[in-house]
Amino acid sequence: MSAALPLYTTPLQRIGHWILWIFCATVLIFLIAPVLVVVPLAFNNEPYFHFPVKEYSLRWFRELFTNPAWLHAIYNSVITAVLATLLATTLGTLAAVGLNHHKLPGKRLIMAVLVSPMIVPVVVLAVGSYFFFSKLGIANNLLGIVLVHAVLGMPFVVITVTATLGGFDMNLMRAARGLGASQFTAFRRVMLPIVWPGVLSGALFAFATSFDEVVVVLFLGGPEQTTLPRQMWTGLREQLSPTILAAAFMLILFAISMLLLLEMLRRRSVALRGVVE
Amino acid sequence: MVADSTTALGQRLRKAERRGHFWAYVLIAPLFLFVALSFIVPLGTVLLNSVYDPIIPDNLSRTVRALDAWNGPRDQVPPEPVFAALAQDLKIAVQEQKAGAIANRLNIEESGLRTIFMRAARRVAAQEEGPWAPFFEAADPAWAQPLIWGNIRNLAEPTHSLFFLSALDSRRLADASVAPQPEDQRIHITIYLRTLGVALTVTLACLALGFPLAYLLAHLRDKTANLLLILVLLPFWTSLLVRTTAWMVVLQKEGVINSLLQAVGLITEPLPLVYNRFGVVAAMTHILLPFMILPMYSVMRQIPASYVRAARSLGASPSTAFLRVYLPQCIPGIGAGALLVFILALGYYITPALLGGSTDQMISYFVADNMGRSLNWGLASALAAILLAAVLVLYAIYDRIAGPGNLKLG
Repeated sequence: MSAALPLYTTPLQRIGHWILWIFCATVLIFLIAPVLVVVPLAFNNEPYFHFPVKEYSLRWFRELFTNPAWLHAIYNSVITAVLATLLATTLGTLAAVGLNHHKLPGKRLIMAVLVSPMIVPVVVLAVGSYFFFSKLGIANNLLGIVLVHAVLGMPFVVITVTATLGGFDMNLMRAARGLGASQFTAFRRVMLPIVWPGVLSGALFAFATSFDEVVVVLFLGGPEQTTLPRQMWTGLREQLSPTILAAAFMLILFAISMLLLLEMLRRRSVALRGVVE
Repeated sequence: MVADSTTALGQRLRKAERRGHFWAYVLIAPLFLFVALSFIVPLGTVLLNSVYDPIIPDNLSRTVRALDAWNGPRDQVPPEPVFAALAQDLKIAVQEQKAGAIANRLNIEESGLRTIFMRAARRVAAQEEGPWAPFFEAADPAWAQPLIWGNIRNLAEPTHSLFFLSALDSRRLADASVAPQPEDQRIHITIYLRTLGVALTVTLACLALGFPLAYLLAHLRDKTANLLLILVLLPFWTSLLVRTTAWMVVLQKEGVINSLLQAVGLITEPLPLVYNRFGVVAAMTHILLPFMILPMYSVMRQIPASYVRAARSLGASPSTAFLRVYLPQCIPGIGAGALLVFILALGYYITPALLGGSTDQMISYFVADNMGRSLNWGLASALAAILLAAVLVLYAIYDRIAGPGNLKLG
């Protein structure tokens, strides 16, 4: 069912084919258009959320990068996301290497538990960590947010690294061990160079998860722990300022670079593992 | 001899395998510990707080003991020793500044009890000696009624099911019987049904929009498919708040859709598209659609085209070939995608909170609301526990269908 239809298709099938195409084009527009609509409005000189845009300017970007509240929020977001990513990636990669072990008893259950933070409603986790962390004294503190964000990002690391390791030839490790390398050296010099694209994609997923998370921050963060999404949330609920649109534009750029990086990593990983596409 | 060396080899192999398993567990252990501490324990705390509520037995311990010793019928007011015990508890509570918390707890069960309790609490320090029953009655005549005493007795145990009763729109009356909440407070069942309704609508919308697109993508040349897939993945990677903001911009009164429709002349007055159910469902469908498309796409791509061709050449009509040969092979993808979307939709909070009206909020909103505004943490925990239980049951089914780690994204 590619662009050129076979000669034997009936007229009815042709019509069906074009209806499918039109329908899918509409769905794709539904998917992409709302994201694109934000872009011109972010450059609107007037403080309006609607079209037409009479005059374009960088006014709201200046506001975004000079207003101390927004700057502080960006700073907090980056710090939180970097720390959460480091934690999630280190622990997640180690665990994925362990999970790659042949016929490990209980693997299915362990995997199910490790993936569950992706599906547990984040409000439930936020309420629970608020209860627990306030007992430990780390509510209203970036540390608590970092820990929960690391939990939320960890499944992505486990999944991507496990998937990459699935295509890894364990004989290479055996060869390295046979040639006298220690387990750790074999991991560092043989396995890691081949699976790093998977590790890095996992890290990117984890970073994006933390960078976008707002519910946990609402519960665990005090007024000092405002992050970029929380600042946007407050803005959307209270004083609707177009600075939000400028922030949204920056986050769209962030999403595009994520997408490009992930595609690059996927290609790199395929090449490193010698998989023929 | 031969048998011996075989068993010896077998033993050594098993030993080596066990050693391998041991090291694998050592590698998994740090993450597992971390998950236990930052994920499983917090969730456990929610479950605990939904049944554990020791404020009355902790702070009115003498009263609780005296009530136990008396153990009279619920329609009677307890005798003087209970009043004396309460006076003693109350003096300490006032000193430790706990009286307000106790009063608030009682007020959750029956509004009005806060005032009654606080009236006694304010006067108790000035009174040295009994008799205490007249003193309490003078503070507020309600102390001579069984109502407040019944509620104290309902809360006498540190663990109870009152929060779950409340989450199911019931309550325990002062005479210990269970009854439905008054009509105007019976909101939770409606909220569960609404949550299920929204999640189901969004899942069906995602299925209707996602299936044809996944089908098309799976049957295109790889290059074209990858290009179009970018259009699916870009919104997927865009921040949830950005997409919610975008929908606000699109749907509002002077928004893109309304201005477009007005410019074309289809409508004269702007349509109410946002702060209602439509806005919530549209935005949630947009946000969750990639979760539906991606699993379906990956399953459909692996269905060999030869099967449908074989069915056709054996005489099946196009629709028969599609329904009886192609569709059954898509079921795992459809099931995985639909369950995933449904599970994720059940817990939605941000999008309905920003794009919905007051009658479009789902369970998560009421969990947050009871945590923040109404300060009923026990009820918040019970609601959260119910949501968590529903999601975990569905996750177990998902795990059966798709297998662990099959949440492939992008």
